[in-house]
Amino acid sequence: MALEHADVLRAAHLARLGLDEGEADRYLDDLGRILEMADQLQSIDTDGVAPLAHPLDATQRLRADEVTETDQRETFQRCAPAVENGLYLVPRVVE
Amino acid sequence: MHDQTLTGLAAALAAGEFSSRELTEHLLARIERHDGALNSFITVTGEQALAAADAADAARARGEAGPLTGLPLALKDIFCTRGVKTSCGSRMLDNFDAPYDASVVEKLAAAGTLSLGKTNMDEFAMGSSNENSFYGAVKNPWDLGAVPGGSSGGSAAAVAAGLVPAALGTDTGGSIRQPAAFCGITGLKPTYGRVSRYGMIAYASSLDQAGPMARTAEDCAHLLGAIAGHDLRDSTSVARGVPDYTEGLEAPLSGLKIGLPREYFGDGLSAEVERAVREAIRVYESLGATVREVSLPHTHYAIPAYYVIAPAEASSNLSRFDGVRFGHRCENPTDLIDLYKRSRGEGFGEEVKRRILIGTHTLSEGFFDAYYKQAQKVRRLIRQDFLDAFEEVDVLMGPASPTPAFDLGANKDPVSMYLQDIYTIAVNLAGIPGISVPAGFAGGRPVGLQILGTHFAEAQLLNVAHQFQQATDWHLRRPDLAEETA
Amino acid sequence: MQWETVIGLEVHVQLATRSKIFSGASTAFGAEPNTQACAVDLGLPGVLPVLNEQAVAMAVQFGLGIHAEIPELSVFDRKNYFYPDLPKGYQTSQMYEPIVGPGEVEILLDDGESKRIRVHHAHLEEDAGKSLHEDFHGMTGIDLNRAGTPLLEIVSEPDMRSAKEAAAYLKAIHSIVTYLGISDGNMAEGSMRCDVNVSVRPKGQDAFGTRAEIKNVNSFRFVERAIEFEVERQIELLEDGGTVVQETRLYDPEADETRSMRTKEEANDYRYFPCPDLLPVVLDQAYVDHLRGQLPELPAAKRERFQSELGLSAYDAGVLSASRAMAEYFERVHAVCGDAKQAANWVQGELSGALNREGLAIVDSPVSADQLGGLVARVKDDTINGKAAKQVFQALWHGEGDSADAIIEAKGLKQVTDTGAIEAMIDQVIADSPAQVAQYRDAEPDKRGKMIGYFVGQVMKASRGTANPQQVNALLKEKLDALC
Repeated sequence: MALEHADVLRAAHLARLGLDEGEADRYLDDLGRILEMADQLQSIDTDGVAPLAHPLDATQRLRADEVTETDQRETFQRCAPAVENGLYLVPRVVE
Repeated sequence: MHDQTLTGLAAALAAGEFSSRELTEHLLARIERHDGALNSFITVTGEQALAAADAADAARARGEAGPLTGLPLALKDIFCTRGVKTSCGSRMLDNFDAPYDASVVEKLAAAGTLSLGKTNMDEFAMGSSNENSFYGAVKNPWDLGAVPGGSSGGSAAAVAAGLVPAALGTDTGGSIRQPAAFCGITGLKPTYGRVSRYGMIAYASSLDQAGPMARTAEDCAHLLGAIAGHDLRDSTSVARGVPDYTEGLEAPLSGLKIGLPREYFGDGLSAEVERAVREAIRVYESLGATVREVSLPHTHYAIPAYYVIAPAEASSNLSRFDGVRFGHRCENPTDLIDLYKRSRGEGFGEEVKRRILIGTHTLSEGFFDAYYKQAQKVRRLIRQDFLDAFEEVDVLMGPASPTPAFDLGANKDPVSMYLQDIYTIAVNLAGIPGISVPAGFAGGRPVGLQILGTHFAEAQLLNVAHQFQQATDWHLRRPDLAEETA
Repeated sequence: MQWETVIGLEVHVQLATRSKIFSGASTAFGAEPNTQACAVDLGLPGVLPVLNEQAVAMAVQFGLGIHAEIPELSVFDRKNYFYPDLPKGYQTSQMYEPIVGPGEVEILLDDGESKRIRVHHAHLEEDAGKSLHEDFHGMTGIDLNRAGTPLLEIVSEPDMRSAKEAAAYLKAIHSIVTYLGISDGNMAEGSMRCDVNVSVRPKGQDAFGTRAEIKNVNSFRFVERAIEFEVERQIELLEDGGTVVQETRLYDPEADETRSMRTKEEANDYRYFPCPDLLPVVLDQAYVDHLRGQLPELPAAKRERFQSELGLSAYDAGVLSASRAMAEYFERVHAVCGDAKQAANWVQGELSGALNREGLAIVDSPVSADQLGGLVARVKDDTINGKAAKQVFQALWHGEGDSADAIIEAKGLKQVTDTGAIEAMIDQVIADSPAQVAQYRDAEPDKRGKMIGYFVGQVMKASRGTANPQQVNALLKEKLDALC
């Protein structure tokens, strides 16, 4: 599946990665070759094979519905780039 | 002092030959002297280490010391450590002092060990050479012109250089075993789910696993015992008892059935590496093991499957780095999109962006079934290859890497770099454990023998590795560090 | 042209767990910003989710309540998109293997008929935080307390054909989740939120028209209004030769209109894939059966029983079973007084009237069901008359006594049935009202019946309302007629 310039820009936008033009071109080449390698997977007959999401056939363990966490806002916000009145600040969100 | 194994140091501390403070001061001085050239540490936490050493000495004085009390270690900078910078090798987290401890960090502290600091790594554990670090490349102590391997290159180099007796690494596609091989140390990737991932910054969640890197299999056995076990905070950790991994180390190997995967001795394998590995296998035969060839027919699909699955998971795992709650945030964002795109564009390095883009693309509409789903099906076939092989043999052996450590800057092309992981990557897809042990040299650079076992066969791998180390002395060889020879 | 409306609803119900779906942080409403956002909720590097067993149990209970299939296996997926109130850059949800399979909900229509609305599936997911748009120097503030609160998203088939049906469906869902106690159903606090898919098509056409999705319609009334507006908009558009665009719209209650969310026209691509941090959830039959055994009686069954066993009208049964709180209140009143019809009358009459006037929910009623039951019992056994009963109710409402009996005693409201005492009062009234007695005597016998009312009033007044009105009537007639 050939990769086009627009595919790289689209992925970059979906992933919210700012790329300059030069980067996008470089990635187009790399990504094209990585996908070419990934295309080898198409040659394997996987009819009747179930996808494997986890290496062990384990099932989800459930936790009791208990409040175990206490307020650590101050600690957690120490590593935040912009806070005010306990809120994380971002550029205005327009709805 | 710094040439001793972790086990030897534990005995010396217990015998009162020196204190934990003396040992810690000695190692900190070595880091001071040698790490400028090696660049194996991102952060050295000397003060905390000395305080912890004093506490350990005091505990020993009170008769409260355990087997690991007072032993200095280093942590790959992927493990969250409360109040200490946890960068994951990235500019994105250059300003991030983790507000909590990873589960393994808590466990190691509870066992009485102390941390000298956080080791360098490929950014977000993405790389096989440790050249993808925001903090610069790590040098191989055996040859400063060579890479130490990656992504746990800092941990491997620090142990090899005698800056620390052991360290924790993580392995998503070979990131413990390959740098262990390149640096001539012993590194164990446990079964997926054996060690908690809580607090270990995720690269590819269904593949990531933490493990010990040390001089010997015996040292790894001690450390694995300390970090393994069920963690209620990690849904994928396994509720299964932790055996005493040191107990079976001395079991004889007579009758051990070794399988050599045909596909691990083919094109691309350096002749010198092959010679060293074949020689190691002869040692096993001399110890009473039998050897036969086996086949892992889907081996060549492991790299393509991995480079679909791992980047897909990574693209999602790394979305949380958005400049809002922690980590790098661009200057004066004009709007939300600008905040995201510049913070992430500036915060992530080239290889990380490459994998995010690949993962985003293969998960997107119209590609998901052809890439991601197909890769998961192939993953099942790859796991089945191993399970079938373990019906016939006890362990598999082969090279950890097709070549010894390559020169810094020699592998510029990402795809050819990915191909370096051919012997390690399928192991993560299958979730089985693997260990790399020093097995000689090629062109003056160490060669690693990789030993693989079935799920939860860590005790057996450690036994098999330990017996080799009783019969050989490759693991005792030490590099001459430049300033020492000067 | 005749148009037919086609409506499907996606209802998001916050589950009433104590802690979040994947973390041990509290879900309590109204805390200071970000004080209930723990490391997992914030998506700090390295944290991992662990699933809350109560969220699973509640989802299964809902499924059983709508007679749905409960698949043995369900899987959590990641829905990837960037938004500041979504800390991890993905929402953990269930795309391919939801916890609740197809089911159905019965709704009651105004004409008394009922209709079955099919539920396509219901799945578990985590709620997002909140964006606060007050002016922080032109910035938006993010509060992540709500992030990670468990949500059950209930997706209907496009089976509704009018705004009223949609509102009835939403009420039915509300009633089921509150009966089950799996949500407080508080729409004002966002515990229940609704997205509406609306399209129109010429009557008789099989193919669906192009639909618009109206986001976040958060009251029963707004659901009706938003749909009515949107249907009218779409019909006008089509009749004018235009076409409906598939888009997301917002309902503005103040302007009473829907309008397009002017987001940049970019197709969303959520890149769903199975969450590698969570394992498949496997529910065995014994677990499901155990939960089935614990299910309370649900509104449809209750309504049916109120009619068949208690003899209530369809209307009364519907009103009294609409919410679990109402039904429990009524059933308690009934248990105490032993008279279903009187209990129904009092709950729907005096009590509901008073609650509505004060804007109170039934759970906040100052008069308890035991108190009201005690009151109705005294009406039933003739201890007090209807007039006194209203006085007692008022006294209970204002907290002037613990029980009807205490108030009756304290205020001396016990009905006077002693003939001698009533006769004495009558004699006094007759003696005090010579003019009225004269008029009575002079009137035609067939007019006297109406004139007796004056005397009854005087006697009741003299008894401070406690005399038995039937006895007063009969004795007065006897005495006055004796004077003629």
